[in-house]
Amino acid sequence: MADAKRTPQTINRPLSPHLQIYRPQMTSISSILTRITGNGVIVAVALAVWWLLAAATSDSYFAVADAVVTSWFGDLVFTAALWGIWYHFLAGLRHLYYDQGRGLDIPTAEKLGWACIIGSVVLTVITILLVQ
Amino acid sequence: MRYLTARKRAEGRGAAHHGAEHHWAMTVSSVGLAFLLPVWLYIFGSTLGAPREVVLETFARPFPAIVTALILVVGMRHFAMGATTMLEDYSKGTTRKVLVIGAGALATVIAATGLFALAKIAL
Repeated sequence: MADAKRTPQTINRPLSPHLQIYRPQMTSISSILTRITGNGVIVAVALAVWWLLAAATSDSYFAVADAVVTSWFGDLVFTAALWGIWYHFLAGLRHLYYDQGRGLDIPTAEKLGWACIIGSVVLTVITILLVQ
Repeated sequence: MRYLTARKRAEGRGAAHHGAEHHWAMTVSSVGLAFLLPVWLYIFGSTLGAPREVVLETFARPFPAIVTALILVVGMRHFAMGATTMLEDYSKGTTRKVLVIGAGALATVIAATGLFALAKIAL
């Protein structure tokens, strides 16, 4: 047997979960989105703090930072981060609710996942309209 | 007969080897941020893109300055601890230590830079 010499570690075992046939669930997707959004918004926070530092420093430095934050790149970063932080905000509230031992059954958890996704889009649009 | 209790056998066996205090600190900071964030988003969003005089005038006022300072201190600690949880899930050994220190350093540098800018504007 060809496999006889191979140690258990070198045998190619199938990976789990099988990513090609993995069916995403609202519970897993809403969980991983919490992590991605929470960590991702640091980019926008860094940009915002740089802009504030530039404002504190000089007119010429502020002109550079202002050009960046009002460019398409700045709009993209801040709009994405705005959605991200609202999503993370709602998912965080859901975590506080979960921590009470509530909402843990699958139908409720899935509804809460949709509430986070739809709610974050609604809050993003409201915020953009409010700060125009 | 096993003398260790089930709890003793379970303690320290998770990915991070600890965690109750970490989880509680995240809970506490998340409640604080839940109140701060909507207010700060309005302040920051309204000021972003404004001329420099307006930015300086806004962040020189006590309320916007204090909310921004709180967001920086509480938010960056919340970020550092959350990023640590992620790094503990996906990395191990020396890499984990370097990344956890790096995430903490990044958060601290951002908070310090923001507080310096605020102090310069407000004082």
